[in-house]
Amino acid sequence: MELFNQIFVDPFVTMYELPDLLLQTLWEGFVSGTLYSLIALGFVLIFKASSVFNFAQGIMVVFAALTLVGLHELGVPAYLALLLTLGVMYLLAFSVERLVLRHMVNQPDIILFMTTIGLTFILIGAGELVFGGEPKAMITEELGLPTGSSDWDVFGGIVIFQHIDIAAAVIAFLLILGLAIFFNKTRIGRALRAVADDHQAALSVGISLNQIWVIVWFAAGIVALATGIMWAAKSDVSFALQVVALKALPVLVLGGFTSIPGAIVGGLIIGFSEKLFDLYWGVPILGGGTESWFAFIVALLFLLYRPEGLFGEKHIERI
Amino acid sequence: MFYREAGQFKTSYAADSAKFPIRQDLVAIWIYLAIGFLVIPVFGDKYFIEVIMIPFLVLALAAIGLNILVGYTGQISLGTGGFMGVGAYSCYKMATYFPDMNIIVLILLSGFFAAIVGVIFGLPSLRIKGFYLVVTTLAAQFFLEWAFIRIPWLYNYNDTGAINEITRESFGYIITGAQSDYTVKYLVVLSIVVGMTWIASNLISGRIGRSWMMIRDMDIAAELMGVRPLYAKLSAFAVSSFYCGVAGSMMVFFWQGSAEVEIFDYNRSFQILFMVILGGLGSLLGSFLGAAIIFILPIIIRAAPDYGIPIQAATADHISLIIIGVLIVVFLILEPLGLARLWGIIKQKLRVWPFPY
Amino acid sequence: MNVHDTVLSAAMDDGIAPGEELLHVDNISLSFGGVKAITDVSFDILKGEIRAIIGPNGAGKTSMLNVINGFYHPQEGTITYRGEERRRMRPYQAASSGISRTFQNVALFKGMSTLDNIMAGRTLKMHKNFFWQMWRHGPALAEEIEHRKVVEEIIDFLEIEAIRKAPVGTLPYGLQKRVELGRALAAEPSLLLLDEPMAGMNLEEKEDMSRFIIDVNQQYGTTIALIEHDMGVVMDLADRVMVLDYGKKIGDGLPEEVQKNQDVIDAYLGVSH
Repeated sequence: MELFNQIFVDPFVTMYELPDLLLQTLWEGFVSGTLYSLIALGFVLIFKASSVFNFAQGIMVVFAALTLVGLHELGVPAYLALLLTLGVMYLLAFSVERLVLRHMVNQPDIILFMTTIGLTFILIGAGELVFGGEPKAMITEELGLPTGSSDWDVFGGIVIFQHIDIAAAVIAFLLILGLAIFFNKTRIGRALRAVADDHQAALSVGISLNQIWVIVWFAAGIVALATGIMWAAKSDVSFALQVVALKALPVLVLGGFTSIPGAIVGGLIIGFSEKLFDLYWGVPILGGGTESWFAFIVALLFLLYRPEGLFGEKHIERI
Repeated sequence: MFYREAGQFKTSYAADSAKFPIRQDLVAIWIYLAIGFLVIPVFGDKYFIEVIMIPFLVLALAAIGLNILVGYTGQISLGTGGFMGVGAYSCYKMATYFPDMNIIVLILLSGFFAAIVGVIFGLPSLRIKGFYLVVTTLAAQFFLEWAFIRIPWLYNYNDTGAINEITRESFGYIITGAQSDYTVKYLVVLSIVVGMTWIASNLISGRIGRSWMMIRDMDIAAELMGVRPLYAKLSAFAVSSFYCGVAGSMMVFFWQGSAEVEIFDYNRSFQILFMVILGGLGSLLGSFLGAAIIFILPIIIRAAPDYGIPIQAATADHISLIIIGVLIVVFLILEPLGLARLWGIIKQKLRVWPFPY
Repeated sequence: MNVHDTVLSAAMDDGIAPGEELLHVDNISLSFGGVKAITDVSFDILKGEIRAIIGPNGAGKTSMLNVINGFYHPQEGTITYRGEERRRMRPYQAASSGISRTFQNVALFKGMSTLDNIMAGRTLKMHKNFFWQMWRHGPALAEEIEHRKVVEEIIDFLEIEAIRKAPVGTLPYGLQKRVELGRALAAEPSLLLLDEPMAGMNLEEKEDMSRFIIDVNQQYGTTIALIEHDMGVVMDLADRVMVLDYGKKIGDGLPEEVQKNQDVIDAYLGVSH
């Protein structure tokens, strides 16, 4: 009976009694949800265009942030460092295509996936080798991003909004808008959609797959850089972030591997639910720390119920 | 030159389906076993046995376990570390409750707990495939890691949050704990690993192994041939996790001495997966080769300063990360079946040498 | 043809006399979402005959086979197999009731050898449990060898001795199709479904395959349902032919009758509906 109360009554009582806490939690959930969405977005871009399940997307986020901060530490001005980092991300996309993808045409998906795990470790090793393994602070102010916070008096309490979080949400929105325009209005975007639909057919009308791959990996790199800056502004730049980045996987399960709206909605669902669950159920009943696995268990249960994801289509198997 | 099958005629199907159809291979296996059981215990020093041989064998066993799942059944898993942890913690709890039980029996029993947990987290594999399974096995990994920290009962409520090995005797020898003799520990580990490898090779060459491989190669056709996906997949999860569980408890009791949750974190899962990929998907020999490379490479690189190459320990670790990553990518591009396949090609060349046509 | 044949054919006896009804399909309809793949089709297969299913591309032939062996579940209609009516079953249940098949696009186990692939067809006949398998030596090995003998017979029959140990992924297409037939035969089916067994073969390979199909049918008395596009082959091999077009049955009967059927001629020449 006590457990029943703990599960079904107490959390809602707390929510009612302390609405400011609820609002704060929802805001935090929204912010981390946006970041999950962005990482998932990088996954989806690459998966759509090359059906590579890019396990390294999470690491690309850390790698991009680390490169940016590392370059700045070496004395490069912030905005120049940002440009140079973009260059590095392009170089990465280019070499991945040239050195890896090009040689792996027609390999089973699972082999490609494992290759990206290999890539993950190359990026970790290279990043730490060049810029050192110790955590670094993000150069938030140098990049002209807002710091500080605003309080909002509401429901007899206060809700704190970090300015960087607001900026993150805005930038995420702009990034998604930009990608949508890019996909729908440009020639390259059309080619990308063609490739996503059918590789063979796209090849046959003269679209260069190799070029498309470089572009999507670079686009994923840009998304990774933006995510990396926002994220690292909230904590630090370190490879410990990769564990958090793995949460993009449950997001993808919820949203479907090929759906951009799915990635966004999935990210927000995971962001909200894991914060709420940990605060209202995790801490009182399970002793806290549930954020490390909650998203994954949700994804697991969801898979049992609807294997094709929220926005995916039901797949008819043919033989 | 001496590696030939000429003149060795098979006169029965039993002989033809033997695991080492070429006599020289069989001889080689016996030589390896002799080295393992006789030469190393006599001549190996403490460092070699404790720091290299025991960890190598333990990791190879875990790699065999994962290979059964990934290489033979085609179900990718990133939960190996968690399953190893289940073995270790259940062994520790049993050793606390049944202090008189032989520790070797407990270690083998701990595999069953890992198998049960493995089956539970393997259940989604019945409905989903491929990448989705990565997510559910990661769910296992992160949930188990959390459980090892947040459930104090698992580590007997001690302050450090770690589990410590308990000194145990069996057959008149102290085989675990600080006073144990490294040679005795080594022989116990070697016996378990050899025995379990033998069992794995039996399973793989029989009906059950075949049904795993059928699921791996074409699950729809397998089902139409009468394989029940439920049994095939879950038995693979069970056997795989059993092996990982035993490896996990040996890791605590024969290698690390004590264990915090970090040794079973997701990095462990990746380490074992790399062993399987590099060594060869679907090869028992490959599991040993992969374990050797992935485990020993960082040790060699870290020892570089001893040979006059001035690099710091941290740098050495980064370099080994890069090398391992590059090896993985290169192998997957050039030889997706890993070292074991390379070894097979060398043997094939040797068989027909010096007249390759 | 060769001395071992009796072992296999004896095991294939399922208690239904030749000429009696083995399978009866009643008013089957199957659709995916809004797309109707099969509309209200009925037909039967008699024990011991070779029954061909023909029709233009997309006529629902493969879907029909998929329904028979439980891979697709029809929304309407029933299937009576060996006198028992069934509506829904899992593919492995169909397999254990003696339905075995080959596939349009070769669906061999690519990582395994020819021998293992055909042994895979014996899965349902092997019963030694997990613990015997762990030990292997003794009963499990004896069972393995017993089945190996049957498999070797099939290998002899299909004349693929030379590629016994070769990984099937490396074999040419024609041989892969042959190995696939061997795998289906290894299950000792009462009903063998062949989905385009001769697609993509040259004349010589087609002749070989036709010979094997006739031999299987005559020596072992196996009932065969096959889909084929080569009309010459169908007219020669089949005892009776059913014609599907746009998921509907438009003709059924002896090859000569079907050949004269105006609807069938129209369907193949593409007269608009």
